[in-house]
Amino acid sequence: MTDALDLLLAALLVIAGGFGLIGSYGLIRLREGMQRLHAPTKASTVGLGAALLVSMLHGLGTGTGFSWQELLVMIFIFVTAPISANYLSKLHLHLRRAELDLPETGTARDWATFDHQPEPAEPSLPRRDT
Amino acid sequence: MIPYALGFAFACFGAGLLLNLWRLARGPAMADRILALDTMVVNTIALIVLYGIATGTGINFEAAMLFAMTGFVGTVAFCKFQLRGSVIE
Repeated sequence: MTDALDLLLAALLVIAGGFGLIGSYGLIRLREGMQRLHAPTKASTVGLGAALLVSMLHGLGTGTGFSWQELLVMIFIFVTAPISANYLSKLHLHLRRAELDLPETGTARDWATFDHQPEPAEPSLPRRDT
Repeated sequence: MIPYALGFAFACFGAGLLLNLWRLARGPAMADRILALDTMVVNTIALIVLYGIATGTGINFEAAMLFAMTGFVGTVAFCKFQLRGSVIE
């Protein structure tokens, strides 16, 4: 394994570990529920991305070749992390509205996530007459 | 140099799992616990990937992919259940 690639992979591994630890430490360090969303959804994702990058590049040095499979996990994680973060913030807004002290919208409407969503009508299934 | 960096990364993600476990046990709101579970999934995927680098086998990729999928579906299902009272309406 060449020295440059060796150095690059080691640096990426240290970056991955650092970001992963920062993300998890922020989860217990930040004070308020909404703030706590920041650390894991961003820092941990970057840490995992760096670890997957190392896994992709590692084959170049050992002779097994560049592997594309980790790219799938990376894309999947990067796509789904904002979705779960969005769901979690909605959960905070809906369950803890009284204590959250939300700012005013400035218009007559409330925040869009509190819009009344009518229940969908029950589909009328065909009944079997016995 | 890589074995040392690998050890450092293993230690970091392992410590991260412990910190997440603390938040999972303590978290005042339900969303904090779900967020801790989600972060535990991310850290576990990182540990699986690092283990794959350490052993040099490519078979861990499927485990990482499965863990990513079930973790995401689990998080969304937990949130949906808390928001609406049922997972599939």
